[in-house]
This record gives sequence, C-alpha cells and structure tokens, in this order.
Amino acid sequence: MALLNELSANLLSTCRDILPILVLIFGYQLLVVKQPLPNLKKLVPGIIYVILGLALFLTGLEMALFPLGEIMARQLSSPRLIAAGDTLPAVSHWYHYLQVYLFAAMIGFATTIAEPSLLAVAIKAREVSGGTISPNKLRVTVALGVAAGISLGTFRIVSGTPLTLYILCGYLMVTAQTFFAPKSIIPLAYDSGGVTTSTVTVPIVTALGLGLSAAIPGRNPAIDGFGLIAFASLFPIIAVLGYGQYAHWLNSRTPKHNPRNEHGL
Amino acid sequence: MNRSGQLSAFIRAVLSRQWQALVDLLPIIGVVLFFQLLVFRQPLPQLDQLLIGALFTVVGLSLFTQGLESGLFPMGETMAHHLAAKGSLSALLSFAFLLGFTTTIAEPALIAVSREAAEIAAQGQLIASEPAVLNRYALGLRLSVALSVGLAILVGVLRILKGWPLHYLIIGGYLLVMLMTTVAPKEIIGIAYDTGGVTTSTITVPLVAALGVGLASIIKGRNPLTDGFGLIALASLLPMIFVMAYGLLIFS
Repeated sequence: MALLNELSANLLSTCRDILPILVLIFGYQLLVVKQPLPNLKKLVPGIIYVILGLALFLTGLEMALFPLGEIMARQLSSPRLIAAGDTLPAVSHWYHYLQVYLFAAMIGFATTIAEPSLLAVAIKAREVSGGTISPNKLRVTVALGVAAGISLGTFRIVSGTPLTLYILCGYLMVTAQTFFAPKSIIPLAYDSGGVTTSTVTVPIVTALGLGLSAAIPGRNPAIDGFGLIAFASLFPIIAVLGYGQYAHWLNSRTPKHNPRNEHGL
Repeated sequence: MNRSGQLSAFIRAVLSRQWQALVDLLPIIGVVLFFQLLVFRQPLPQLDQLLIGALFTVVGLSLFTQGLESGLFPMGETMAHHLAAKGSLSALLSFAFLLGFTTTIAEPALIAVSREAAEIAAQGQLIASEPAVLNRYALGLRLSVALSVGLAILVGVLRILKGWPLHYLIIGGYLLVMLMTTVAPKEIIGIAYDTGGVTTSTITVPLVAALGVGLASIIKGRNPLTDGFGLIALASLLPMIFVMAYGLLIFS
C-alpha cells in the first residue's frame, strides 16, 4: 500500500514537472506556429513512457538507494570508524578520513553512470557525431570527473580550505584546456558539467556534504556543507576536455590520420 | 515481417533496453554492497524492499530511454524546426526564454535549496528570521535562478543563430563568477555555486539538447556538434552570477 502511495505521488510530481513544458509547446504550436505537431501517434506514447519511467525510477531510488546512501554517508564520519573510539579527535587531520574520500569517489562515479540526463546527452552526442562519439566512453569519462571532483570536495570539507580557491583553480584549468583541446569536443565538455548533478547524484551528495560537515569538529554545515555539487559540475568538464586532448595526441602520433575520430570519444 | 516476427523483435528490443538499464545501475549496487558488507560489516536492511526498488529503477530507466527517443527528442527537434521555419526571431527567443523559466521555477530541487538558503541567511543574521521574510527571500532566490536560466537559454539560442564561439561566453562567465565572488556575502557563495548544478532537471536536459542540436542542424553554416551543444552549460553558469547578484542586492 505504501508502495502504491509513493508511486502515485511520484507520478503526480512528474506530471507536474512536465505540464508547464507541454503547455508551452502546445501553446506555441497552436498560437505561433499554427501547425499541428507531426507524429502525435509516436509522441504521446513517448511522453507517457517518460512520465511512467521517471516515476518508477524515482520510487525505486527512494525505496532502495536514498535511505541506504544517507545511512552510509552518516556512518562514514562516525567516530567508531575513524578514530575507533566514541568521539572524533578535536583536531582532525586530513589523513584520518581516507575512507571518506574513497567512498565519495565511488559513489560519485556510480551515481553519475545511473544519471538519466547524462544518458540523454550521451545518446544525442552519438547521434550528432554520426556514431564517432561513444556514449559509454563519454559517460565513463564524465563519471571519473565527478568521482575526482566529489572526492576533492570532501577533502575540502575535512581540511576546511576555502571553496573559492578550488573553483578558481578549476576555472583556470578549464580555460587553459580550452585553448588546446580539439574544437569539436569543447561545447559537449562544457555541457557535461551541467548534466551530471541531477536526480540520482544530488540527494546523496548533499547528504554526504551536510553529514560530513556536521560530524567534523569546527565545520559549520550551513557554510561548509555546500559546494560538493559545484565540484561535481566542474570536474567532468576538465575530464572530458582532458580525454579529448589525450585522444587527439594519440591520433597525431599515429602516421595514418583518421579524421573520423578527431574529437577522440 | 509476419506478426510473430514483429512481436519477437519488439520483445528483444525491450529486453535489450532492460539489460542496458541494469548495466547502468550495477556500479551503484556494487558500491552499496561493498560498503555495507565489507566496510561497515552490516547486513542489508529490508532486503525485499531493496530488491523491489532495484527492479523499479531498472524498469523505470529503460522506459525513460524509450520515451527519450520517441517523445522528448522529437518534440525538441520539431519545435526547433517549426520556429526556425517561421523565421520570427521574437517567437524563437521568447520560446527559449520561457522554456528555461517555466521548467526552473517549479523545480523541486531548487525549491528545497532556496528554503535551506533562507534558513542559512537567517542564521547568519543577514535577514530577519520571520516566516514572511524567509519566504520572500526564498521566492526571490527562485525567481533570480529561473530568470537566469531563461536568459541563458535565450542567449544560447542567439549564439547558435549568430555562430558565436561558446568558449568566449563561458570563460567570460567564469570571470564574472570570480568577480562576483570577491564582493558577494560569504553566506551565499556556496549556495550560488551549487545552484548552477541543480537547475537542469531530467526532463529539461533532453528537450534543451534536442532544441539546440535541432537548430544547429537546420541553420546553414552551423555544425550540430560545435554549435548545437552549450545551452546546458550556459544554464548552469548564469544562475551562479544571478544568485550572487541577488545576495548583493538584498544584503547591502
């Protein structure tokens, strides 16, 4: 019964999310374009699949992943695991928290692979590139970027160093890479920063940030708890640009230039 | 192809999508099992619920990808084609703005973040901690984010039309973010950085990507790969600037 309640609540909220978009699109078709949408016979089931699919996906996540993920995020910074005692040491050294960085990296990678928006962009990228961009390679590269980003983000919370410094360095890195990366990968790389943090990643990463900053002495969840998502949206850009550069370099070393794979993914 | 052949092809397609969805979810299942069983050494709580939940996510994800290709992508592309064929710049730009604005203003993740932000601002004694003040602050934050996403899609569409290189806009945006960071109150910086990531929802992303790629593929001289992408990047950058500007405006 609880299951049905949860499912119908998610169906309702997904419908509420999609309703303004449908109103906007049909409104423009009717009043501005003055043409009916072609292929309604395919479109309508497609929209229904999206609504049903997202509602099922969310319900499943809420039942299985989110409770466990939140418990795990809290347990990670428990004194029992870090100091093998009842309280955390008053002065925390960054190397006491190695398992936190490891968990952050693993959960960042895993949630990004499951992220539906990233899947959508990867499918689109394959379509647009005529199949030369492999969706799975793109997703793994992005997920590695998120893993590195969230791991570094938890290190920042533990060490209490300023967020702005990391973001500034990240921006400088992206800017420098932009000048050397193959042109065709740049817009896709920038976009992959925005799509990584969505349905699956945000709740767990937020729980991790708030839990960690509440557990560590001297950290304020209100200020230090935020910022992990910023890391998770910046580092995939560096990862995808870096992979593009690497593949381009590999390509230029082989004597036979293969123009089909210029962007490398 | 006879009817039973069609049916078996359909079943094969459905099964292959389910399989792909299962593969996509394997890393999460692996991480949860690894930490729960090996690091914390605790049994999995409520195994039946976990299994049903996992089944739901697999079926849900496969249905969603099915709907992407037959629903959301064609819808975004059709809009791009129709609006470009109409040739009215104001129609195209107003559609772009409204698409960004309407999908963001009601975004549940944004509503949650702006509520939290209001509480933090009250704790930091930047605003009075009365419910009316908190609500007004949270609404103002949501409005500035929605406005900035609308504006970002508008500018992004204009960029596709004009063929401006994306990286000038993005790097210029980075500069603005850094400038704003030096003057904005520190209570809002972390939230401003995070709002960039939470604005683009799972329904908006495919639609916006299809719109951009659709536009770039029908406008002469544009390349779908270098000109079609970039809308999402702008929609995650501009909110940071607007949220810090909102903080400056309210707190000074």
